[in-house]
Amino acid sequence: MERIWSWLYAFGRFWYGFIIGDDWTLAATVAVGLVLTAVLNARGFVAWWMVPVLVIVAVGVSLRRASHAHSRVAA
Amino acid sequence: MRAAVFLTTFLASTVEVIEMVIIVVGVGATRGWRSTIVGSAGGFAVLAVLVVGLGAALVAIPIGILRLVIGTLLLAFGIQWYRKGVMRVAARGFAGVAGIPVTEEAEWAGAGMDWTAFALAFKGVLLEGLEIAIIVVSFGVAAKELGLAAVGGISALVLIGGIGLALRGPVTRIPRSVLQLIVGVMLTTFGSFWALEGLGVNWPAGDGAIPGLLVWYLGTALLYITLERRRLLGFQARA
Repeated sequence: MERIWSWLYAFGRFWYGFIIGDDWTLAATVAVGLVLTAVLNARGFVAWWMVPVLVIVAVGVSLRRASHAHSRVAA
Repeated sequence: MRAAVFLTTFLASTVEVIEMVIIVVGVGATRGWRSTIVGSAGGFAVLAVLVVGLGAALVAIPIGILRLVIGTLLLAFGIQWYRKGVMRVAARGFAGVAGIPVTEEAEWAGAGMDWTAFALAFKGVLLEGLEIAIIVVSFGVAAKELGLAAVGGISALVLIGGIGLALRGPVTRIPRSVLQLIVGVMLTTFGSFWALEGLGVNWPAGDGAIPGLLVWYLGTALLYITLERRRLLGFQARA
């Protein structure tokens, strides 16, 4: 039983690292972007630009946050 | 007619094989070859079972759902490498690109299987392989030349796969931080493209949107690297 739990824990940890990684806001942005794109696309709007724009905004915000955190630690 | 069937399946398959080879070579060079090769072999094995088991019924596979699931996973993972690649290249510059050796920690240094490399290679091979199989079956059945269409698809796989194998050495010499950025940009590009295709979104210019996405993500990465380097240099000057 303990072996099954440890395997399930390792399996869950792998997928957490794969999808969420260091910054959960990036995965959340991907999810929100895909949902918004699906909704807009279903209503007939041109929505292909949504995910590429959200991705770079999310990466920019994440980098900024990491930089501030690094500056605070270094200071 | 026979030449047209061969050429059409060869060219259409070539586009898919290029995408497959980019992912496999990029992941292999960044995270190590053993797990990547095992993942690719696993993808081919599942593909072979599907092709043999389903035959012409392959066209009934809901490829849209597969594209959405695999594209979303690649995008979620690719965006992390994109961010890490920007941070590492901003910190180290492009040292090592001009042949100057740099010391960089490996992405994976464990003794066992690297499941991340396995999963990335497996998914890339399975999705692209399925697309090739569907192209071959669609053209082959429509033209009543299934054998010839299969030869076209397999030729593309052997030719582009061989080129990828030959590029393995030079790609491995690229510094890991730069390679991580390149692979992150590529995974984000393919992930965005496939996930949205899976949602039924029509990309402007179809497959031609892929180079456009590459330029978009790479251009933004270079902008972020410039901004991060300026910030780092300013921080060092103040310290």
